[in-house]
Amino acid sequence: MFLQHLLNGITIGGSYALIALGYTLVYGVLKLINFAHGEIYMIGAYLGFILISLIPAMPPFLQGNVILMMMVVLIVAAAICALYGFYLEKICYRPLRGAPKLTPLISALGASIFLQNFVMISMGAKDQIFPQTIGMKTITLGGVSFTLLQLVIIFSSIALMALIYWFINRTRLGVAIKATSTDPYMASLVGINVDTVISVTFMAGSFLAACAGVMIGLYYGSINFTLGYLGGIKAFTAAVLGGIGNVPGAMVGGFLLGIIEALGAGYFSSEYKDVYAFFILIAVLVFRPAGLLGKGVNERA
Amino acid sequence: MTASDILTTDSLSVTFGGVKALAGVSISVRQGEILSIIGPNGAGKTTFFNAVTGAYAPTGGRVFLSGREITDMGPDQVARLGLARSFQNLKPFAEMTLLENVLVGREIHMASGMLAAILRSPAFHRDEAAQKQRARELLSFVGLEQRRDQLARNLTYGERKMLEIARALALEPSVLLLDEPVAGMNPTETGFVMELVQNIRRQGITVVIIEHDMKMVMGISDRIYVLDHGELIAEGLPHEVRANPAVIEAYLGGGTLAPAH
Amino acid sequence: MNGRNLRNDLFYYLGILLICAPFLKMHTVYVPLVLLVAWGVRSCAAFAGESRTFSDIRLKTVNTLVAHQTLAVGVILSAALLLPFASSNYLIDVLTSAILYAILATALNITVGLTGVLVLGFIGFYGVGAYTTGILTAKFALCGFWIALPLSGLAAMLCGVLLGIPALRLKGDYLAVVTLGFGEIIRIFLTNLNGLTGGPNGILGIKRPSFGLFTLDHPRDFYWFSLAMLALIVLIVSRLANSRYGRSWVAIRENEMAAGALGINVFRKHLLSFSLSAFFGGIAGSLFAVKQGFISPDSFTFYESVLVLCMVVLGGIGNVIGSVTGALLLIVVPEFLREFSLYRMLVFGAVMIAFMVFRPNGLLGSRMITQEIQDREDDGQ
Repeated sequence: MFLQHLLNGITIGGSYALIALGYTLVYGVLKLINFAHGEIYMIGAYLGFILISLIPAMPPFLQGNVILMMMVVLIVAAAICALYGFYLEKICYRPLRGAPKLTPLISALGASIFLQNFVMISMGAKDQIFPQTIGMKTITLGGVSFTLLQLVIIFSSIALMALIYWFINRTRLGVAIKATSTDPYMASLVGINVDTVISVTFMAGSFLAACAGVMIGLYYGSINFTLGYLGGIKAFTAAVLGGIGNVPGAMVGGFLLGIIEALGAGYFSSEYKDVYAFFILIAVLVFRPAGLLGKGVNERA
Repeated sequence: MTASDILTTDSLSVTFGGVKALAGVSISVRQGEILSIIGPNGAGKTTFFNAVTGAYAPTGGRVFLSGREITDMGPDQVARLGLARSFQNLKPFAEMTLLENVLVGREIHMASGMLAAILRSPAFHRDEAAQKQRARELLSFVGLEQRRDQLARNLTYGERKMLEIARALALEPSVLLLDEPVAGMNPTETGFVMELVQNIRRQGITVVIIEHDMKMVMGISDRIYVLDHGELIAEGLPHEVRANPAVIEAYLGGGTLAPAH
Repeated sequence: MNGRNLRNDLFYYLGILLICAPFLKMHTVYVPLVLLVAWGVRSCAAFAGESRTFSDIRLKTVNTLVAHQTLAVGVILSAALLLPFASSNYLIDVLTSAILYAILATALNITVGLTGVLVLGFIGFYGVGAYTTGILTAKFALCGFWIALPLSGLAAMLCGVLLGIPALRLKGDYLAVVTLGFGEIIRIFLTNLNGLTGGPNGILGIKRPSFGLFTLDHPRDFYWFSLAMLALIVLIVSRLANSRYGRSWVAIRENEMAAGALGINVFRKHLLSFSLSAFFGGIAGSLFAVKQGFISPDSFTFYESVLVLCMVVLGGIGNVIGSVTGALLLIVVPEFLREFSLYRMLVFGAVMIAFMVFRPNGLLGSRMITQEIQDREDDGQ
């Protein structure tokens, strides 16, 4: 049973981690909680849904190859979502740089309400059922049962995380993001275009969130326009758990949260599933205020 | 430690992630004197203030104020015991008026309770009026009385420094720590601050100053301590310190000691 | 218009169209609508960048109000008192809701506005207050409303203290997320503790309060009662804000380290503001319970926390009168948009963004009007 819960936890945790990365990246460069990020994730799920329902209209060579088709869906949905991230920053955050700290938070909440209702109006308030496409057959191996889809999800999340890790540490833009999070002023002095860096950060975060959205949609089989709220909060919890602003921290935090939830739901009570995350969060913050992977400070004031 | 020592530290140390910012500094400040702490940038002077006032938790050593150990106390307890400070990176309450800024410093001397504040009882009005009167006196002491109803964010750099001093004095401290009170000021303003510090001492308040301006340091200090790399490298009267080879050595490459006037 | 501008414009509109395209499906009718909204947002932003007229108008209004404060308060209060005679029961109900939210916003303003601590789960305290009243007066019928009212406040306050002791040692955003977690935890417990809270169905049959034989059954009577509570709470909070307590809170908000160096125990003052906030939140909850007559966990969602926070920010952070104004606007204005029911929240979200871009300091600015009045009185002495 333990392994079963663990596997389910890892599946969900991977998505939490992907969304949490978006929070952490943005927090790193702007020191801002992007509260509309959960809605980007929700929009990603809907884009995935729309694209999958378009499959019958696609060219036959695509329809034949399930894996290729899923790749196309994932990439297109994520690319469109990256644009959402780009415009979100441009419209809601950029005019507010240097404004009082709570101001961008409120406009983020406004954006969140706007996007939710936009999707509700255009797609309806009902749950949308994902077409069952790939890998729904259950495989049982040593008492642990899982679907092929679950494996694909786990591997894709890990691959995406590796990709973002590579992006941050090995590419020019990634290094610029890193530099900007450490010291935006110095970064601008050495010729980094901070505006571009911020846009790219939002796009990268939204890209990952959209992938998470599509995968979660496929995994649960149905999506709703309110999906972004809880997903967003939990991913944010995961980001804080690992130490917000810390990229490996967000990954660890995401997996940890997924596993804790799955174990809690499995061994105690599933009604309180959402509570465990918050209790763990409060406990971690009280004993390690900078998060699990954050650095300690000895300032007392 | 002798009876006239009001503030003493005993091998005070602060370590940041393996780096020793302060390595066992022992000093003693005598009642009623003006003491300066000098040293090159990064010598650990501000860290020393932070460790003494409880803003940082010292990693070793002890601090005594009037014979009482204050090593493990928080900044607010230390302040209540009569140790006030100003900040190098100015920290005025930007969205409050000057008068309110100083009134915050009077907080520990205010007696009226919450119920009195809600009911606006006579005791509350008396208390407020008395403290406002005191705050105005302090503002006029630093020359800001005319601007008392302006928001602190509208002040110039020099005025902010004055406001910080007034605010710290509002505590009625026995020891006042000033972190670079004249940095960035012109000679006229510096002269004003020097006079101000003398006046503060005349009120019986011991003053400890961190400063780079050698004209000020040599002009008003009774004694000088010199810090370098978190360690005490010299102490003595101004002319002794100026002639000390270790001090000259520490300043080489950085700034040089300005000649005394 | 030069080439660069044209390119930027094209990029902007095409981009917006592109990202909306999947959701519009084949409904090309909506394309002009989307473009219109996109244009509106842009011109708003451009206008906000240039126009100073708006801030001038605001300054004049505030100054006039300050100059004739007694008159202004008198006019507003008597208008509020007389309003029910000229309104339908439905409108009175909306206004009563607005008053309860105004109490909440005033309470939240103590922490968010004055002390500068961001609280994202404030509705949790409202919920605790409402359920305390519900459980005490209806579910187990242990006591009447007049005993339940202070107990609701105290129960919420207790939660505030229990949450605050560990949480207030944290900094900014971490604290915000812990309070958010608190709000969620409260809601989930309310939903699942069936024996105590009635689970998802909530508690029914909570009676309106009465003075002796006179029960506040008519919406109008309850409206007046809520108005009196609001006036009392606003008075208490603004007096506290304008005393040594308020000064310490604002000092902590402005600079924690400097406040500590002036002998202020930052943690204690934080805890005080947090628990006071929770107390008034609980009182508002209790009023909500008796107003509605029934309560369920659905009334205490994150969305409500956000709404209250918006009221505080909309009115101007730290501005007691602003919080009340914000509450009125955010409850009453959407009511007028009811005809566009489907698009109501969409517009609401867009307005929130535009507002922040347009007036980041809130309607009335962050400086408390009460304090401006006080300063003038001092000069007059």
